Amino acid sequence: MPPFARYLLHTLFPPDVLRPTEVGADVLILATGVIIMVVMTRRHKWRHLWTEWLTTVDHKKIAVMYLIAAIAMLFRGGVDALMIRTNLALPGSPVISASEYNAVFTTHGTIMIFFMAMPFIFALFNAVIPLMIGSRDVAFPRLNAMSFWLFAFGALLFNMSFVIGGSPNAGWTAYPPLTERVFNPGPGENFYFLSLLIAGIGTTMTGINFVVTSLRMRAPGMTLMKMPMFVWSALATSTLILFAFPPLTVALLMSLIDRLFGSSFFTLGHGGMPMMYVNLFWLFGHPEVYIVVLPAFGIFSEVVPTFSRKRLFGYETMVLSIVAIMLLAYGTWVHHFFTMGAGPTVNAFFGLSTMLIAIPTGVKIFNWIFTMWGGRIRTTVAMLYQLAFIPTFVVGGASGIMLATIPADYQFHNSYFLVAHFHNVLIGGTLFGLLSGMYYWWPKMFGRKLDERQGKWAFWLFLTGFWITFGPQYLLGLKGMTRRMYTYPLGYGWHTLNVISTLGAFVMGAGFLVLVYNIVYSMRNGERDLTGDPWDGRTLEWALPSPAPEYNFARIPVVYERDAYWDMKEKGQTLANSLTVRDVHDLELPRNSSLPFFLGLSFFVVGFGMVFSWWIIAGLGFAGVAACLVAVGFDYRGPKRVDAAFIRGTEVALGRLRA
Amino acid sequence: MSLELAPEPGRREDLPLELSDEQESVKITGFWMFLVTDVLIFASLFSAYAVYRPRVATGPGPLELFHFGPALLETLLLLTSSFTVGIAIYEMRKGRPGGVMAWTIATLALGAAFVFLEIHEFASYAALGATWHQSAFLSAFYVLVGTHGAHVSFGILWAVTLLVQLARRGLTPVTARKLYTFSLYWHFLDVVWVFIFTVVYLMGKIA
Ligand code: HEM
Ligand SMILES: [Cu+2]
Repeated sequence: MPPFARYLLHTLFPPDVLRPTEVGADVLILATGVIIMVVMTRRHKWRHLWTEWLTTVDHKKIAVMYLIAAIAMLFRGGVDALMIRTNLALPGSPVISASEYNAVFTTHGTIMIFFMAMPFIFALFNAVIPLMIGSRDVAFPRLNAMSFWLFAFGALLFNMSFVIGGSPNAGWTAYPPLTERVFNPGPGENFYFLSLLIAGIGTTMTGINFVVTSLRMRAPGMTLMKMPMFVWSALATSTLILFAFPPLTVALLMSLIDRLFGSSFFTLGHGGMPMMYVNLFWLFGHPEVYIVVLPAFGIFSEVVPTFSRKRLFGYETMVLSIVAIMLLAYGTWVHHFFTMGAGPTVNAFFGLSTMLIAIPTGVKIFNWIFTMWGGRIRTTVAMLYQLAFIPTFVVGGASGIMLATIPADYQFHNSYFLVAHFHNVLIGGTLFGLLSGMYYWWPKMFGRKLDERQGKWAFWLFLTGFWITFGPQYLLGLKGMTRRMYTYPLGYGWHTLNVISTLGAFVMGAGFLVLVYNIVYSMRNGERDLTGDPWDGRTLEWALPSPAPEYNFARIPVVYERDAYWDMKEKGQTLANSLTVRDVHDLELPRNSSLPFFLGLSFFVVGFGMVFSWWIIAGLGFAGVAACLVAVGFDYRGPKRVDAAFIRGTEVALGRLRA
Repeated sequence: MSLELAPEPGRREDLPLELSDEQESVKITGFWMFLVTDVLIFASLFSAYAVYRPRVATGPGPLELFHFGPALLETLLLLTSSFTVGIAIYEMRKGRPGGVMAWTIATLALGAAFVFLEIHEFASYAALGATWHQSAFLSAFYVLVGTHGAHVSFGILWAVTLLVQLARRGLTPVTARKLYTFSLYWHFLDVVWVFIFTVVYLMGKIA
């Protein structure tokens, strides 16, 4: 073999990507890929894919792409979780080795946070925020597509790591010195840093987009205090993104420069200081947990009034508490490393600031309960997730307060108590919220409801599975089991609890399968939503047909009340029954563009080249990025005109306009 | 009473050119938000620098390393360029594309001179063996000041493409908005440099 080929083989396929599990997964991926290619070619769908999806700037389609990615990543992260749990049920004869275990919990955590929760949130933001505020799109549609493609190619780069080169293995937090080159020479951590940098640029742009969308794109009459709570949560989340992602970017960049170009930020010699990374990371990391949970709060604030048939209780305090949480989120980051010895004064400050957050959160919980109080509650799947969320999140919050009690944290820190705590809030809060939102807005996105009976099965499996998995982990933590251990000796009394926990994880896995079946089934057989308002909704998105036409609103209504659509229905004046032919005029919509896709691709090439220090490839990628940016600058094609006759035709066909 | 519908947006002739079109003015809001994130990037870098400043290991510290001369000259160049870009925007408000071009080119020339001096400065330090491998202090210095320099360089390239667009299309709401955001960016870099000059060079020489 020529030396070059040997080098290539050895770099791309080191021993740790040639284990049976990895190769098995590779074969599956390859087979799926080939099947998709064949089907697409047979059906002549490539052109459709390109013009309708890959180059789209329509927020509704971008939402669908985010959602598909999020569910795929939930699958990958879930498989990782099952591997983790299987190993821990079988101490003494672990299925995967210590090094593989390191990779698996790293990819599990990273994928769940950055490539599952974040795109799921952006899917729902994109799907409904413009509709809720009475707008034809987000503030910057092309930038929105760029965000998506940066995310997608970042995710691709990250997921590639287990096929070629080797997975990152230093935890989702990637603390130095574990990530420094001397201790971790393979390309794995490069994959981590570069993919998060690329996806992070996309996320930052999404943050900018939704701040400006909610500030500048609202229908006339919709003042800030008439904005639906989900829009408030999008505004707060996006603001958090603007302030949280830059420190992460800096921390990732410094680590990357340390690794690739030999600087001395976090090294042990040369005055480097790993604690600097830990501070920067959590300066991002704590706001990040609110970035993923505030949208869930927003979703519940829409779901609860609709299914209780009452307006939201205490709207003003809801807004106030979301803003309070947003501000407090920046003052708590040290609680992630009380044990690193910052001293009693510093620790006490951060312990107190952490506990303070419980107040606005409690306010929200009570407001949801008071909204339900005396309401006519319908237990749809969306509402069930809310009902399960309240007790689950309260337990998670309470264990969080226990962790913030500094002397006790010296005991809990990095034990399974912590693992149980953060899953309690991440699953009970974020994931339940997102699933609730998915069931709630699915008809608006796809024109059909998700089957409720199957949805309830999935729900009960998730909920019981959740408690069976994570209940025992609190006890394991109290018994001294620490996180990130791939196996343990028998005789500590950990075995039974771990077996129970693993069983629970498989129950959740079953829940996921039912969920996927539910989706596939409902795509064809779900109940059609012909009215556009299947739940008797209160906010503007329900004023539109399902799915909304490309231009969303043939005419944008003036808003008077907080529950704008409810108000219209009460007055008997909805868009569906009041629009006349004369109201419809020509419209302008943003034009499709292939540049976002190519920008994402170019960044991917940059990332790929840098992972292996192949500078020519990285240079080509940079040239591609530059070319895309210049092309963006010189793109003076105006908006696309949609003429009134077409809109009239569409609205008549939808039964919303008399011909 | 019937359902009230919002009017479709029109041109606002009473506002400056870059704000007259609703969509273009939304982009200016967006650019401010981008600047927020950039402030945070520099804030993170500054705080890292402040922590790392005493951590010189075996390498030189700020006192031995820095020379006032080049830093002062760089400051002068950049402050002047902020003034010239201000005049360019003034010319834009007066509707004189020629003046805009001329003052933007002056800005670019000053910016380019700044970048040239900075590269020269870095090279002279590196020639003394003061690379970022040497110490955490040097790593923080190069990355903080270098990030600013990279921003300036990017700004220069950006403005070159703007000049081409301006030459081709004249002053329109779109080109006006782009120039305006460029001037925001440039002023912002100037402000950051004032902090760099103070924190890195001045305080480095005094301490
Ligand atoms: C679906 C069921 C899930 C199960 C059974 C599960 C299981 C686990 C286990 C056992 C660990 C600890 C690994 C160890 O320390 O050795 C872990 C870590 C983690 N999980 Fe999950 N998980 C699930 C879902 C999620 C979700 C939905 C999220 C986030 C939205 C998440 C985020 C994390 C994070 C951030 C870590 C830390 C990884 C690290 O230590 O670097 N997990 N998970
Ligand atoms: Cu935290």
